[in-house]
Amino acid sequence: MSVGIVGYGAYIPRRRIRLGEIAAVWGADAASYERGLELHEKSVPGADEDTITMSVTAARRALVRAGIDPLSIGAVYVGSESHPYAVKPSGTVVAEALGATPAVHCADLEFACKAGSEGMFLAAALVKSGEVSHALAVGADTSQGAPGDALEYSAAAGAAAFIFGASDVVATMDAQVSFMTDTPDFWRREYMHYPRHAGRFTGEPAYFKTTFGAARMLLEKTGLQPKDFAYAVFHQPNGKFPMRAGKQLGFTQQQLETGWLSPWLGNTYSGASPMGLTAILDKARPGDRIFMVSYGSGAGSDGFVWTVTDRIDAVRDAAPHTREQLDDNKIYLSYGAYAKLRGKIRMGE
Amino acid sequence: MSTLNPARTAREYPARYRLEAARCEACGAIAFPPRLVCPACRGRKFAPVTLKPEGKVLTWTVIHVGPPSHRHEVPYALAVIELADGVRVTCQIADVDPAKVAAGMAVKLEFRRIQQDGEAGVIAYGHKAVPA
Repeated sequence: MSVGIVGYGAYIPRRRIRLGEIAAVWGADAASYERGLELHEKSVPGADEDTITMSVTAARRALVRAGIDPLSIGAVYVGSESHPYAVKPSGTVVAEALGATPAVHCADLEFACKAGSEGMFLAAALVKSGEVSHALAVGADTSQGAPGDALEYSAAAGAAAFIFGASDVVATMDAQVSFMTDTPDFWRREYMHYPRHAGRFTGEPAYFKTTFGAARMLLEKTGLQPKDFAYAVFHQPNGKFPMRAGKQLGFTQQQLETGWLSPWLGNTYSGASPMGLTAILDKARPGDRIFMVSYGSGAGSDGFVWTVTDRIDAVRDAAPHTREQLDDNKIYLSYGAYAKLRGKIRMGE
Repeated sequence: MSTLNPARTAREYPARYRLEAARCEACGAIAFPPRLVCPACRGRKFAPVTLKPEGKVLTWTVIHVGPPSHRHEVPYALAVIELADGVRVTCQIADVDPAKVAAGMAVKLEFRRIQQDGEAGVIAYGHKAVPA
C-alpha cells in the first residue's frame, strides 16, 4: 500500500508589510535586518482572517485537488499556535465547513512551528494503519511578535493543507522520522499575548541541532544522499536559516529555492515548511523526490521523504498555486494599519 | 452584551459554512437559506443543493460608520452578489478598496470571520466575497 498526499492546498492572505516599515517605527536599521535575516516583507491577516478561516480555504483547495467525497475523511488535525479559541477546537469548524462531519476524529495540535507537520505525521500513519481511508492535516498560523521585538519582523500568516490517502496519491510518503529534545528556545505562557525567546540560543543549539538531527536520521533511514533529491524544504523562521541549514547538509541553492518562501512571506509558523512543500508540488514533475524537515521550538523536527507521482500533472492547476498567491494581488499596509489589524492598539469600550 | 446566540449560530451552519441551499422540486427555484415553503410556487418539497462560491456584484454600498464589531474594517463594501446559480446573497466584499468596487465585478466567496461576541463570546464564521 502506497500512502501519500492525495490533495494539497495553500492559502496566503493578501496583506503585506515591508520590513522597512516596521524598522522605521522602532528606530532600527532596516537594511541590516533585511540582510541579516534575509527578509523583505511578511504577510498579515485581515481583521476577518484567522487560523480557522485560512485552514478552511487551504483545506478546500486540497479537497478540490484530491477529488474525493469529504465524508470519506476520517480524521482532521489542525496544527497551530494561534487557534482562535483557547478551549474549543479549530478542527471542528474546519471539518464542518468541509462537510466531513460527523464520523471524523478531530484534534487541534500545538508544537510551536511544527504543529502542521505533526498533523501530517499522524494523518499519514492513520491512513497507513487502515483505520481511516482519508485524513486531513492542516498547518496554519497568524502568529504575533511583541512590538519592536526581532520576531515582529518575521511573524506572518498562512496555511497549508494535505489530504492523505492510500490510492490516487500525488506524492508517496516514502519515509518519516521525528527528532525531539526538551529545548527551551521559544515559548508563550498561558494568557500571555506575545511569545518569549532565548535570543541566540534559538539558533545553533535549537533550530540547527534539531533540524540536522532529523535530516541525518532521514538520510540514514532511507540510504539516500542530498543529490538524490530534486527539492528540499526546511522550516523557515526567516530567510537565512533554511538556506544555511540546507547548504550545510549538502543541498544546493537550486534544490532549496522553489520551497523557500520566507524572504517574501515571513515565518508562517505551523504553515512554514508545509507551505514550502505546496510550492514545490506546484512545480514538481513525476518521479521527483522531495526532502522535508520541519522545526518547532521546544524543540522537535519531523522529517519526510516524498516522491511525486504522475497524478500531479492532473491536479496541479485545479487550485491556486502558492507562489502566485505570494507574488500577486498584494495590499501593502502602513505600520498603523498593521498594528490595528493585529490588535496591538488598546481600544476603548 | 451578548449579541450572538450559540444555538442559533449552530443551526445556521449548513447555509453559512457550506452554502447549502434548497431547490424546489416543483418549480426549480433555489431558496437560500432553505425555506419550508417555496417563495415562488409555494411548493413544500425541496432537494438539497450546494451553491457555487462564485458570482458578480449586482449593487453595493460603502459602510463608513459600522457596528462596533466592524470598527476595524470600515470603510467596507456591502454588496448584493448574484451567484452562478442565480441566487442573490448580501455580504461584505473583503480585501478590496471600496472605491474600486463596480457593478459586474467578478467575485468568489471565501470563508471568513463575520463577527464575534466581544472578547469572550463565540465567533461567527461564514462567507464574504473577495475579488475573483
